[in-house]
Amino acid sequence: MTALRHTLYLTIRQVRNFLRQPWFVALSLAQPIIYLLLFGALFKKVVEIPGFTTNSYISFLTPGIVVMSAMFAGGWSGMGVIDDLDHGVMDRFLVAPTSRGAIMLGRVTPQVLTILIQTVIIVGLALIVGGRFAGGASGVVMLIVVSTLLSIGFASLSNGIALLLRKEESVIAAVNMILLPLIFLSSAFLQQNLAPRWIQDIAVYNPANWAIQAGRTALTTSATAHTVLTHTLELLVFAIVCTWLATRAFRSYQRSV
Amino acid sequence: MEAAIEVKSLRKSYKKVSVLKDVSFSVQKGTVFALLGSNGAGKTTTINILTTLIKADGGTAAVAGYDVAARPHKVRNEISLTGQLAAVDNRLTGRENLLLIGDLRHVADSAGTAADLLRRFGLEEAADRGVSTFSGGMRRRLDIAMSLIGSPAVIFLDEPTTGFDPEARNEMWRTIHKLAQGGTTVFLTTQHLEEADELADHIAVLHQGRTVASGTASELKKLVPGGLIELTFHDDETRDAAAKVLGKSHAHTEGDGARLSIFTDGAVAQVASMFVVLRDARIEPTGFSQKVATLDDVFLKVTGAGREDE
Repeated sequence: MTALRHTLYLTIRQVRNFLRQPWFVALSLAQPIIYLLLFGALFKKVVEIPGFTTNSYISFLTPGIVVMSAMFAGGWSGMGVIDDLDHGVMDRFLVAPTSRGAIMLGRVTPQVLTILIQTVIIVGLALIVGGRFAGGASGVVMLIVVSTLLSIGFASLSNGIALLLRKEESVIAAVNMILLPLIFLSSAFLQQNLAPRWIQDIAVYNPANWAIQAGRTALTTSATAHTVLTHTLELLVFAIVCTWLATRAFRSYQRSV
Repeated sequence: MEAAIEVKSLRKSYKKVSVLKDVSFSVQKGTVFALLGSNGAGKTTTINILTTLIKADGGTAAVAGYDVAARPHKVRNEISLTGQLAAVDNRLTGRENLLLIGDLRHVADSAGTAADLLRRFGLEEAADRGVSTFSGGMRRRLDIAMSLIGSPAVIFLDEPTTGFDPEARNEMWRTIHKLAQGGTTVFLTTQHLEEADELADHIAVLHQGRTVASGTASELKKLVPGGLIELTFHDDETRDAAAKVLGKSHAHTEGDGARLSIFTDGAVAQVASMFVVLRDARIEPTGFSQKVATLDDVFLKVTGAGREDE
């Protein structure tokens, strides 16, 4: 109970923090829009490659951009941890009888809000520029669910790295070294069967790809597919394991302040 | 009296660097305790161990009756920490900062507590402004106010006045005095002897990871026996003559008069014999004063630093 209450208090704090940075809010909303329009225009002709099963690249790309945005929003989460460490705020939480899990969860749950807004805007814009989604509203909801689970996982990893290494540079490096390659090792931009064999092999173990496959299936088909369920469960486990790992990082922090 | 903090043979190393080698002291309930030491002596490491932020490698530490390693959660219910930085969330208002800590500490009337603290610390007017607009002094006051939420039994202050101007420092001192009057145990670290002297009932001197001395300020001052006798003479020649006959004394001139400082062991006989020697040499001092040893002298003595010529 304590952990849940603490998570709520810390979530409210994060949401306030987020909303009080209007420029940051504006940028985090504008960036996926730019990606959608730029990649959409750049790779428009990709659908003409033999083997590509859809004829609208925007429809294909939209779930990829939603997942990618969610993943990066999560990835940068550790920057806030560094900020709290630098200002002594983290130590204050740790010295108070605050649930360690709540300190981590309170940082990742606000991601839901960001992802919700981002997804609505991206899907809405995609519809305007000609995307069509057979999955409808329930498809959008599933896309949000898988994106959120993925984001929570990467936010936790980012927070854990922040706690262990305690430098902004480490979080920036981790985001660039891990997240970006994971996007290219997924079907975000290109249908999986058109990618080289080795990329397809890696993608099977890539959480980003689970989210993209599940989200795309939910959004662009009307049937409830087995893929969606399996990947959602995988992502749930991923999120739980990452949150647990991040909470463990406090122990290492305790040994080495 | 019961001990609020009990520390025995505490040790801590970071990689191969041994930061705490042997730290022992005890703090009585409801008193102000100062851990005095220069930069790098291990003060913050000690505070981090006592506040459960880090774990010691050896020795034991108990706060409010609970072992910090075995029952950290119990300890956290009884303490608060004000670190060297004002640990406030810049994007929240003053009130929101207080409410957050109140909620996390399960204070029954979080809003009432926050309002009360804002009033006590003169932050009522600014209460609903973002903390980023606060001055340094206001942030520090808010920081202390946040530490008082939930009325912790033991309050830790890590160098509470470092970087303060004299006015802000006096304000902080008044706050600490008030806390002590309210029955709270206060543990503070400082580099300044003057601060320890002003605030603390009990002082431990930390030097290179060891507690080298401890006691009340006056007990510590007794470690430098006798202190200083200062004689004033009519002119420099008389002083030189006096220095000659007193032999082992240590001469220096200061200000207008020709002065001579003599370190004694404080025994009346020694002081008396000094005057006998002077009378026999027909040298008459124009003034006489006894200076009690300052904590500075104590610090230099127990840490073995400085003044080779003594």
